[in-house]
Amino acid sequence: MSLAKRIIPCLDCENGRVVKGVKFLDIRDAGDPVEVSKRYCDQGADEITFLDITASSDNRDTTIHTVEAIASQVFIPLTVGGGIRSLEDIRIMLCAGADKVAINTSAVLNPEFVKQAAEKFGSQCIVVAIDAKQVSLEGEPLRWEIFTHGGREATGIDAIEWAKRMVAYGAGEILLTSMDRDGTKNGFDLALNRAISEAVTVPVIASGGVGNLQHLVEGITEGKVDAVLAASIFHFGEFSIPEAKKYMASKGIVVR
Amino acid sequence: MNRVVVIDYGMGNLHSVGKALEHVDKNISLTITADAQQIRDADRLIFPGVGAMRDCTAEIKRLKIDELLKQARLEKPILGICVGMQAMLGFSEENNGVDCIGLFPGEVKRFQENQLDERGEILKVPHMGWNEVKQRSAHPMWQNIEDNSRFYFVHSFFVAPATGKEDSANIVGESSYPLPFSSAIAAENIFAVQFHPEKSQNVGLQLLKNFLSWDGQA
Repeated sequence: MSLAKRIIPCLDCENGRVVKGVKFLDIRDAGDPVEVSKRYCDQGADEITFLDITASSDNRDTTIHTVEAIASQVFIPLTVGGGIRSLEDIRIMLCAGADKVAINTSAVLNPEFVKQAAEKFGSQCIVVAIDAKQVSLEGEPLRWEIFTHGGREATGIDAIEWAKRMVAYGAGEILLTSMDRDGTKNGFDLALNRAISEAVTVPVIASGGVGNLQHLVEGITEGKVDAVLAASIFHFGEFSIPEAKKYMASKGIVVR
Repeated sequence: MNRVVVIDYGMGNLHSVGKALEHVDKNISLTITADAQQIRDADRLIFPGVGAMRDCTAEIKRLKIDELLKQARLEKPILGICVGMQAMLGFSEENNGVDCIGLFPGEVKRFQENQLDERGEILKVPHMGWNEVKQRSAHPMWQNIEDNSRFYFVHSFFVAPATGKEDSANIVGESSYPLPFSSAIAAENIFAVQFHPEKSQNVGLQLLKNFLSWDGQA
């Protein structure tokens, strides 16, 4: 008996539609978020992550309604991220049916926000999302820094130190995206995932770069993460969740 | 009409459990409330909970939900979920020690960090994700649920019920992380689970469905 490693399809949504960008740019339509969520849930996805990447805040109501619609039909955990800036934003998303919220830019702008959020709502629903990019040059020891605003703004903050600090402030989980790999289909940044996963006591979700099923396996076995997140390989029908689980199980990974 | 009250003491997202209950049976009368009269009038109660134990028990006691539960357990089926289950024990280690409701003797303890699984990998805390539940004894609440089904957990503390006492709860479900812990306990009219049935897809919905027709007997 042991805990299963999780497979989490991710829905990046803009103006109420699932989209998928390459390196955070070049958007492609992938359907209605409620239908897509329900399909993944029926296929055996372990959780759903919904990231609102709409740039303006005009469409918050759309997002809230979408979260409500997903939560009334999907009975697996739902994480909602994008534009979470205040305790009130968190409360609204939890009331709409989210089980966890992912905080990214706002944590960097005000780290105390994570502490307040964990104290008020409990660490179990506070996910800190980290967008990290390798900054060490070839031949130097590996080093990654975090970026904000969907990967556009450099911060100069070391990714490992940041992850440890966020856990100390009450983050219950880390969603770790490699900016170098996101959308490339070249596989996770395994060194980055392993470094963060071994530095913190809470679960880590690997994100960014999945192009085939072996990449999911490597995330677990070499990246040492607790969950793997992917978008485009599932959205565009290249692989299904059952295929991913079957393949991971064949490599000795415990899945549901 | 099956009158179901989800007890709301201000701690977290109760909509999920409400939506899941309505999904399995559209004909129930569902109320999410802390109102004493509605709790007394209900046919069955759901006692959920998330967040920190000190805040939870403070609200439970302020709203006198502890007294209502002590009375209700003599009269009607009650389902405890996650922190709701933990709050039923006598004492929790969380927040430097909190006295809980005490429906059952026993304690709530924290998972130790840096424990290793069978492959030598470090186990993270919170225990988060889908784990197996071994059915230690037959129970109407396990109807149509296969033994060792996986349910969704998210918690850093677990219940360690005292056994062998007159008012002890029976351990009806057990999981491992990496050591065995009680993931479901039961007594007359009470069934309490550490996992989240409302987030455990089909097996979780089946458990909620079983609860809606459970007569409270083992």
